[in-house]
Amino acid sequence: MIQALNSAMDIMMMRDPSVVVLGEDIGYFGGVFRVTDGLQRKYGEHRVLDTPIAEGAIVAAAIGMGVNGLRPVAEVQFADYIYPACDQIFSELARLRYRTAGEFWAPVTIRTPCGGGIRGGQTHSQSPEAIFTHVCGIKVVMPSNPYDAKGLLIAAIEDDDPVVFFEPKRVYNGPFDGNPNKAAVSWSEHAKGEVPDGYYTIPIGQADIVRAGSQVTIVTYGTMVYVCQAAAESLGLDAEIIDVRSMVPLDLDTITASVNKTGRCVIAHEATLFSGFGAELSASIQEACFWKLEAPIQRVAGWDTPYPHAFEWEYFPGQARVAAALKTVMESR
Amino acid sequence: MPRRSRLHTPKPHSRPGEKPDFSYLETSPAGAAPRPDVNARVRDIGNLATELVRVLDDEHRAVGPWHPHLDAPDLQIGLKHMLLTRVFDDRMQRTQRQGKITFYMRSLGEEAVSVAQAMALRPGDMLFPSYRNQGLYMVRGRPLVDLMCQLLSNTRDMCKGRQLPVMYHWAAGRIFSISGNLATQFPQAVGWAMAAAIKGEDDIAVSWLGEGSSAEADFHHAMLFASVYQAPVILNVVNNQWAISTFQGFAGGEQRSFAARGPGYGMAGIRVDGNDFLAVYAVTQWAAERARRGAGPTLIEHVTYRGAAHSTSDDPSRYRPKDDYEKWPLGDPVDRLKNHLIALGEWSEEKHAALTAELDAQVAAAWKEAVTHGTLGEGPRLDPGTMFEDIFKEVPARLVRQREQMRAEQG
Repeated sequence: MIQALNSAMDIMMMRDPSVVVLGEDIGYFGGVFRVTDGLQRKYGEHRVLDTPIAEGAIVAAAIGMGVNGLRPVAEVQFADYIYPACDQIFSELARLRYRTAGEFWAPVTIRTPCGGGIRGGQTHSQSPEAIFTHVCGIKVVMPSNPYDAKGLLIAAIEDDDPVVFFEPKRVYNGPFDGNPNKAAVSWSEHAKGEVPDGYYTIPIGQADIVRAGSQVTIVTYGTMVYVCQAAAESLGLDAEIIDVRSMVPLDLDTITASVNKTGRCVIAHEATLFSGFGAELSASIQEACFWKLEAPIQRVAGWDTPYPHAFEWEYFPGQARVAAALKTVMESR
Repeated sequence: MPRRSRLHTPKPHSRPGEKPDFSYLETSPAGAAPRPDVNARVRDIGNLATELVRVLDDEHRAVGPWHPHLDAPDLQIGLKHMLLTRVFDDRMQRTQRQGKITFYMRSLGEEAVSVAQAMALRPGDMLFPSYRNQGLYMVRGRPLVDLMCQLLSNTRDMCKGRQLPVMYHWAAGRIFSISGNLATQFPQAVGWAMAAAIKGEDDIAVSWLGEGSSAEADFHHAMLFASVYQAPVILNVVNNQWAISTFQGFAGGEQRSFAARGPGYGMAGIRVDGNDFLAVYAVTQWAAERARRGAGPTLIEHVTYRGAAHSTSDDPSRYRPKDDYEKWPLGDPVDRLKNHLIALGEWSEEKHAALTAELDAQVAAAWKEAVTHGTLGEGPRLDPGTMFEDIFKEVPARLVRQREQMRAEQG
C-alpha cells in the first residue's frame, strides 16, 4: 500500500506541475512510513517540502497554495496529530468555496495515517474519520488495500474539492485478519495488492462489494474489512462484505441494496462506537431498509475509551467481537 | 526584586470617567528612524522594530529618509480614498442603526493603513485582509454598490447571503475572502506567497490582522513559515490598541512591541505610525521591494487607534474613556494628510468640504441603487435553494434531496 500511495503521488507530480507535496519529514527523509520516499529527489525541494512541526500551518499554507493555483497534497504524520489543523480544515478549507460563492477554492488533499494495531498507544492509533464526516464541504476517504489506495489518491488529488484521505496504517504492509499472533501476510500474496504501474482512478463515492453473499451484509472500511471477512468465514456465513471506501460522499445505494437483499446488517469500524460513523450508517440503513430488516442492526467498534498501549488487543474490535455481532444478527428473528 | 511569584494582569492606562492617558506609548520624532537598504540583514535592522517610523512632523511637513516623495495628485488620491472609506463607514453605520443591515464594522482612525498600503502595492499582489480593511476595496475600485449588496445579503450579494456583513471577497481584484474566524488568513497568505515563489512569479502576498488576533496560533504559524521559507509576503499587525474590550497589553504588547516579533522569528520588523499616510506608504514600498527581490518577508506593526466601537454590537464607553480618540497622540490619519496637502499648497478646507459632499452624494446614490436589489426584509430575494450550492463543486444527491425537502417545507 505504501508503494501504491507513493506511485499515485509520483504519477500526479509527473502529469501535473501544479501538484506539490508538503509535510513533516516527508522530503529528504521520505516520510516516517516511507510513503513519499524518493519524491524530493525526483521533483526537487520546491515541490516536495519538508515543513516545521505545525499541522495548522501545513494545512493553512496548503490552502494558500491551492488558492494560488497549486494542487497541494499535505501529509499529517498521524491522524492523532490532525487536531491543531482542524480550524483550518473545518472553518477554512471546507467552507472557502461556500463563503465566496465559488470565487475561491483550494483543491487540497490531506493524507493522514490512522488506526491502531501497531503498538502506537493512545496518540498514534486513533481513527477520527467520523469527526470529518460531520463537516460540510470535505470529502472523506479511507482505502483498505493498495489497489484502491492508488486509484482513490489519484482521484483525490484531481478533485477540486478538499479531501481528507485516511490511510489505515495496520494494513500498510499487508491485509490483517485481526490476529496479531499470526505471521504477517504481505500484499504481494493478495489480489488487491496487485497495482498497475500507470495512471488510473477509482471514483470517490463508490463502495466496493468485496465479497458477494446472501445471508448478511457487513458494512465496513479500512483495517476492519479483512477482520470481518475472517470472522464471517470462521462462522461459515455467506456474508456480503461492503467496503465503504468513501464516507463523504457515501454510496448508500450499494449498501441499502445489499441490506434489502440479505435483511441483516452488521456495521464494523475500528473507531470508537459512540457517535462513530457507524451511527450514521445505521440510521441511514434503518431509514431505507426497515421493512426488509430481519434483525436489529449491530454495530462493532472500538470501545469508548482512548486506545490503550498495553491493552491494544483487548481494545481492538477483532474477530471475536465481529463474530459475536454476526451471531446476534443471525439468531435474531 | 520581588521575593514571591506574582500574577500580573495587564491594565489599560485609563478607564471610563478617567482622563485618557497615553503615556505608555513610545514614539520617535518624525524623520528620526533610519531607512536601511531593502536587502539589509535582519540582525542589522532590529532598531526598526522598536522605533516608530514617522514622516509627517507636527508642522505637517514630510521629513526624513522615509519620505516617499509622492506627487501631489497621488496624495490627493490617497486622501480621497481615505475620505471615501470614512464617508462609506459613516453611512453604513447609520443604515445599521436604522435596522436596514444587521451588522457593521467601521475603520475610523485606521484608514491610512489600508489605503496607503494598497496604493504602495501592485495590482497583481494578493491581499488577505481582516475585517477592518475596507480601504483596500476603495483603492482597488470595487463599486460601492457591490459592497452594499453584500452588506444587505441581497440578490446581488457576492456571498449569496452566506456571510455576515463586511466579509467581502473579490477574486478579480485579488482580495481574498474574510473568514470571520480571526487570523486564519495570515498563514494562508504565506502559503499563497510560497506558491508564487514556487511558480517563479513576482507577485507578493499581503495580510492584515489586529494586535488582538496576533495571540492566535495562526499568527505564529504564519511568522514561522514566512521566515523558514523566506516567503514573499508582508504581514501587518494593525495595533489599534483594542481587541473589543481588552487593550493591547493582553495580546502581549506591554513588554515588547509587536514589530519586535519580526526579528524574533528572523524576519524584518518595522514599527510604523499607522496614522501617517506617508510613513505607511514608505514602509510598505520598502517591504514589498524586499519581498519581490527575494530578500524575505516583513512584519509591519501599524501603531494606530480604533476610533470607533469594535462593531455595531459593541459599546466602548463601558471600558474606555469617551474622549480618548481625540487625545490619541498620533492624531487622525485623514486630518494629517489633509493638513500636509494644505501646507504644500495643494489642498484647502473648501476643497475638502466639497470633496466630502461629493463622496457623500456618491455613497447615497450607490445605496439607492443597492436597495433596488433587495434588502434582508424587503424587495427581491435570492432563491434560498442557493444555500445548497458551493458546498462541493457539484451539488451531491444528498443535498439535492434536502433542497427538495426545504422547498416542500416552504410550500
